[in-house]
Amino acid sequence: MGHIRSGLSVLALADARFPNGGHIHSGGVEQAVASGLVTDVADLREFLFGRLCSAGRLQAVFAAAAARATTKNVHNGHWAVLDRELDARTPSFAQRKASRAQGRGLIRAGQAAWPCFALADLIAATPRPHQPIVLGVLTAASGAGAWEAALVAGYLAVSGASSAAVRLLGLDPFAVNAVVAELSGDLDAIADEAAAAAGSDPAALSAPGSPALDLLAEAHDRHHREEVRLFAS
Amino acid sequence: MIDIIEKRCVFLLPESATPSHGHGHGHGHQHPVSFDPTAAGVDPHAVAPRGGRPFRLGIGGPVGSGKTALTAALCRALGAEIDLAVVTNDIYTTEDADFLRRAGVVDPNRIEAVQTGACPHTAIRDDITANLDAVERLEGRYPGLELVIVESGGDNLTAVFSRGLADRQIFVVDVAGGDKVPRKGGPGVTTADLLVINKVDLAEWVGADMTVMVSDAHRMRGELPVITQSLTRTPNAPDVAAWVRRQLTTSPAA
Repeated sequence: MGHIRSGLSVLALADARFPNGGHIHSGGVEQAVASGLVTDVADLREFLFGRLCSAGRLQAVFAAAAARATTKNVHNGHWAVLDRELDARTPSFAQRKASRAQGRGLIRAGQAAWPCFALADLIAATPRPHQPIVLGVLTAASGAGAWEAALVAGYLAVSGASSAAVRLLGLDPFAVNAVVAELSGDLDAIADEAAAAAGSDPAALSAPGSPALDLLAEAHDRHHREEVRLFAS
Repeated sequence: MIDIIEKRCVFLLPESATPSHGHGHGHGHQHPVSFDPTAAGVDPHAVAPRGGRPFRLGIGGPVGSGKTALTAALCRALGAEIDLAVVTNDIYTTEDADFLRRAGVVDPNRIEAVQTGACPHTAIRDDITANLDAVERLEGRYPGLELVIVESGGDNLTAVFSRGLADRQIFVVDVAGGDKVPRKGGPGVTTADLLVINKVDLAEWVGADMTVMVSDAHRMRGELPVITQSLTRTPNAPDVAAWVRRQLTTSPAA
């Protein structure tokens, strides 16, 4: 896809240190660990692959679409449509809540670093947009494109979850990092697909799902009220 | 050997920030930076103008030092005169909130518990998003709010609040944690706006030398204040409550 432009903003948005509240979300890992589904690095490898190909792919598709919409200066109504379409592809209430919370955090950090008209338009249309949509707007506003937005969205779908696994299970961080690195080719393919579809009608965007992640998110939300949970999702 | 270097401090304001901020920091002038770990650096940060929002008070310190008990005491002491609310960051998420609710010192709707992703210091320092979200939820619920107490999860001596989250912060240590704690220093002990040495009624039982502990604290902190207290003897923490009242009246609200 050529050279990455505005590389600093792309790297900053993908950085685990980016201050948008991402560190308190485990992407289902906490519930998977509590249920005994993820106990070691081998389990985590499968979990992350599944997460990248479902939640990660969906987030990449919408981040790319939002980035393209930003560069095309879409009318205000487009943002509400895009946000609703992502809502419709996120059946778990807990996941919608987690995505909107992280979107809000991205807005707070983004307003300080990359203030722009597109962000103001997005907030005017949807005060609490989903995280991938804000990510797409910020990526494009800072000078990068739809492919980079998709790349970051897909990466964030597995990087936060892998870090949560290290914290919850005390896994070897080098082994976990190596598992994430194995996903490189899959992530590129997801970014290619998302960038190719970025200009589509929002209703026509793909809708990959993961019922297991939906159920884990709902179970996490339910258990949170009864017993100890360290992560917000 | 270099113990003092000159560091150029450049601070970029976001476009949305008020251009006429008055806390006089970050205009490209020179700051001496000391690398002496025992130097009791005075906190260089002035309180930022609050723009009418509630005053945010951080309460941090090691596990078991009495942060929640102090928070409850402040709610008892100040609740009738100040419109206040509490955000708790206990790693066991709702543990502190439940303690405060059971203690009956504050309306349960005025307590928000945040999850810290197993990293309590990150949530009060490096990425304060979850705490700011909780503060904003409370502000939305109580428009007249004057004070939000943000209690950190129990952490180590290096965990301090970001100035983006707390206008002022109290660091709480206790005599049972060892009378050597103040001399160990760390940003909590050396830079917090107030150091509270808690549970002084236990000093004789745990063999803590209060004279050493208090003089170490003053040596590490220079001009910054230190308060010793026992919530068994004075359950409403009168000295700390008086300090909090002073912060509220001297802080610019606009």
